[in-house]
Amino acid sequence: MTAAAALLARLAWFGLTLAPLAAAAADIPAGERRSGYDFMGRELRAMQDDDAANPGMLSVLDGEALWNRADGDAGKSCADCHGAAPSGMSGVAARYPAFDPASGRPVDLEQRINLCRSQHQGAAPFAFESRELLALTAYVAHQSKGRPIAVGDDPRTEPFIAAGRAVFERRQGQLNLSCAQCHDDNWGRQLAGATIPQAHPTGYPLYRLEWQGLGSLRRRLRNCLVGMRAEPYPDVAPEIVELELYLAWRARGLPVETPAVRP
Amino acid sequence: MFLVRAAGLAGAAATATLLPAAGRATPAMMQEAIRRIVGEAALQRGRVTLDVPALVENGNTVPVTVSVDSAMTGNDRVVALHIVNEKNPQPQVISARLGPRIGRARLSTRIKLADSQQIVAIAEMQDGSFWSESADVVVTLAACVEDLVR
Amino acid sequence: MTARTLISVPAGAKRGEVVEIKTLISHPMETGFRVGTNGTPIPRDIITRFTCRFNGEEVFSAELSPAIAANPFISFFVTASESGTFGFEWTGDNGFSVSETAAITVE
Repeated sequence: MTAAAALLARLAWFGLTLAPLAAAAADIPAGERRSGYDFMGRELRAMQDDDAANPGMLSVLDGEALWNRADGDAGKSCADCHGAAPSGMSGVAARYPAFDPASGRPVDLEQRINLCRSQHQGAAPFAFESRELLALTAYVAHQSKGRPIAVGDDPRTEPFIAAGRAVFERRQGQLNLSCAQCHDDNWGRQLAGATIPQAHPTGYPLYRLEWQGLGSLRRRLRNCLVGMRAEPYPDVAPEIVELELYLAWRARGLPVETPAVRP
Repeated sequence: MFLVRAAGLAGAAATATLLPAAGRATPAMMQEAIRRIVGEAALQRGRVTLDVPALVENGNTVPVTVSVDSAMTGNDRVVALHIVNEKNPQPQVISARLGPRIGRARLSTRIKLADSQQIVAIAEMQDGSFWSESADVVVTLAACVEDLVR
Repeated sequence: MTARTLISVPAGAKRGEVVEIKTLISHPMETGFRVGTNGTPIPRDIITRFTCRFNGEEVFSAELSPAIAANPFISFFVTASESGTFGFEWTGDNGFSVSETAAITVE
């Protein structure tokens, strides 16, 4: 590497690159997209792959029970409208977050489930990160396991993907770091003993060893922001779904892994 | 397996999250726990395989498999398996009794390790002999910590 | 909600075949060594014992400590000798007690 190139590499690491933020130059090329699964050791990959040993499957089983349970004023279960989940929900999670025409904004799978509960079951929405919402979301997403993430085909989502990209590339917090600096520019390298993944949300809700339980992407993003010493967004902030949407678009083509296992 | 003894940052940080003011085990406590398992018998090395990642991605959940080279027939039977550690607050991890219907001496579970340390697996045989294997494990932490509030 | 379990026992096996049994149960396995945000220790809450019986006879048992990870996973191997029912029992702190069964057909 020439001296000039080395200096540029240094400056790029400190985020002083002169390349325009909107350029796709920093994007990970499709051929190099890797799930966090690829960065884990043999034992954790085996834990994820075995449905009889994957601790996230406990929540999937809870979700199956909830799917079939009548709830709300309408006294209906999810199954009453959608039928059996393996057929009715196949491929659905791979397309989320998705554009919701009624609100004119994208919604993620958790929000969609709550919209269904209030609009069609006459039931109160489940709180974010509640055991029920995690279980139902995991059960629905599990029906898309192995399907390639297919977000971004809908032109109505374009402005929101761009808004999510802006969040991803914006420097934030006390460390003045952007998501892109770690996950676009330095994936694969070590940060305090852990390998930096590319940050593709392929397996959410996932069983995180750090949490000793299942958690949502929303929780993980909050975790990232706190870790970066940045103010986390409120759960209902539009930035969260826009960021989730951008991350899903950025991960397009990678297979859904729910429930994934991650350190 | 390349065995690495870790010191410094990873170890100290691991202590801060999992262990508060409470005391922790010492290698001497682990030896005492082994003595209570083995009694007066000699603890021999061999026959036991302890399968644990040399580098652990998160100490909260460490997959472990203990297996013993034993036909599990007649008098050549494993009757119990034990795992002990040297740096968690307590030395005991798990003690399992294997009944006559157990066809293979192989136990898998997931354990917590508070710090980089040595763990020891002990097999108790029908004929009263004890066999063991040890492994040194390096424990790392997630890079970004979350609020405890959640 | 009662604790969710996930038990994997083959539905059928040949006489003399050694089969693997995998068990998972949801449980926080709170060690009792952690401290909450205001400095108050979080009390211990763990499963202390797991037992597997076949047609009533004990096959495998384990004493668990706080060092067993949350949502305990335990797998072991059994020689299939006759058809029957496996009984699984987990007991622990705060009166925790869960029982499950699984049948196996052996020919």
